[in-house]
Amino acid sequence: MDFWPIGHGSSEHAFNFTQRLGLNFGCQTAYPPTCGNFCISGIALQSITDALGLAFALVLSGDGDLLEIVALSLRVSLTATVIACLIGLPVGALVAIGRFRGRNAVLIVMNALMGLPPVVVGLLVYLHLSRSGPLGFLGLLYTPSAMIIAQTILIAPIVAALSRQVLEDLHAEYAEQFRSLCLTRLQTIQALLWDARYSLLTVGLAGFGRAIAEVGAVIIVGGNIDHLTRVMTTAIALETSKGDLALALALGIILLIIALGVNAAVQSVRMTAARQAYV
Amino acid sequence: MSDAAALTPLHIRESAQNSPLMPLVVRDLTLRFGETTVLDGLSLDLDTRGCTMVMGANGSGKSLLLKLLHGLIHPSAGQIHWGSQTPTAVTRRQALVFQKPVLLRRSVAANIDFVLKVRGKDRSRRAALLEHVGLSHKADQPARLLSGGEAQRLALARALATDPEVLFLDEPTASLDPASVLAIEGIVNGARSRGVRIIFVTHDVGQARRIADDIVFLHRGRIAEHSPVADFFPTPQSSAARDYLSGRIVV
Repeated sequence: MDFWPIGHGSSEHAFNFTQRLGLNFGCQTAYPPTCGNFCISGIALQSITDALGLAFALVLSGDGDLLEIVALSLRVSLTATVIACLIGLPVGALVAIGRFRGRNAVLIVMNALMGLPPVVVGLLVYLHLSRSGPLGFLGLLYTPSAMIIAQTILIAPIVAALSRQVLEDLHAEYAEQFRSLCLTRLQTIQALLWDARYSLLTVGLAGFGRAIAEVGAVIIVGGNIDHLTRVMTTAIALETSKGDLALALALGIILLIIALGVNAAVQSVRMTAARQAYV
Repeated sequence: MSDAAALTPLHIRESAQNSPLMPLVVRDLTLRFGETTVLDGLSLDLDTRGCTMVMGANGSGKSLLLKLLHGLIHPSAGQIHWGSQTPTAVTRRQALVFQKPVLLRRSVAANIDFVLKVRGKDRSRRAALLEHVGLSHKADQPARLLSGGEAQRLALARALATDPEVLFLDEPTASLDPASVLAIEGIVNGARSRGVRIIFVTHDVGQARRIADDIVFLHRGRIAEHSPVADFFPTPQSSAARDYLSGRIVV
């Protein structure tokens, strides 16, 4: 059985694929493909070590471009998180305490929307905001506002679905007492949102984590324009494909530090709250 | 524990505007969960004043009777009338203290503030209420870190903050130490002396002797006996009550 041509063909295919993506790690000389694998891994390893050093230097030097990208990322994702919470928390609370027909269907849809693919959200927002789209007159495409809209759509269902679960559990504990006190629906929702505040912090964090880490939606509606709509994830994708691993890694390091820092902050707030039995 | 001026029963003013809650008339009250009949054609009359103790073995339907009277659940059949009104119409004029107090995830003071706020009461009464139940020194502490007795006193203060005309207590002193039990009884007695109608579920025979005016004894979803406390303990009329008081198991 002659299987060699198949193997040869597929390795050639793999090489072309990496070339098309621009993931060549600066090893164009590696052609012909027979030595492709070796060259890619050898040079990549070398450049990753160099890049790591450069990345740390970039982070520590407080490079202006780098800071601009980080600041825009935080601005877009934090704004999207706040708006998503303003929408998602009341919706989650209403579904949590509501008893209405079709509630199960609503739960299924809410949970399903948690898994919205970012690129699909990006595409839908793009279609609405593009010149010929229904909201084209707003001129929002390729602006940070468009990115905030896309991320809000992406994470509002996460906030709604997770907060619904948290608030429903709490309501199970409080419901009878609240009925005895004759609370209105609005008073019930306010009390539940306040008493679940530390658990909802984690819900917000889940939303923020998704927003700051996603690339598909913001690259479609933002366009990754330098000094305008370039955020950490889109910059990492671009710099990696350009072969500028230093900047990509530097951004990656900052992204990880932000993720760790925010989680640590929320965790410590929760632990303080838990000591007071407020969780 | 002082009887603060702020606790002067507002309900006297309120009931002047509302129709009277008492007497309570219950006729043929039945509660079923699927095939299980929990309360079976129960009838009961309670008059205006005092403290009625509801006793009976576990599962005899005492807590459910309280929730029905308070309008938290609805009967499968039968009627409940508070004066001329249904339970759900008068829930607002009553308060219920649960066996396990449900305290908000806030400070002691904020738990009182919450009730005063949602019921549109004077917020300055908080200090007097906390003083009344002996919790002034714990005002800023997290409510859910209180001991069992303190938590129950806070629950009572919260119930009193609504100025109830009827106060339901569902085994509020179960699992409390003797000092806490006496503290709770003192507060309940204080409320009674201000004209609050007390309906109290208990298993504690000594407690019933101390504070009850009359005893309603439930057995298998019916009222086996309803008699003044002076008659109930020396000469229980029903065999179920005799068995219960002598410690024989009744199911």
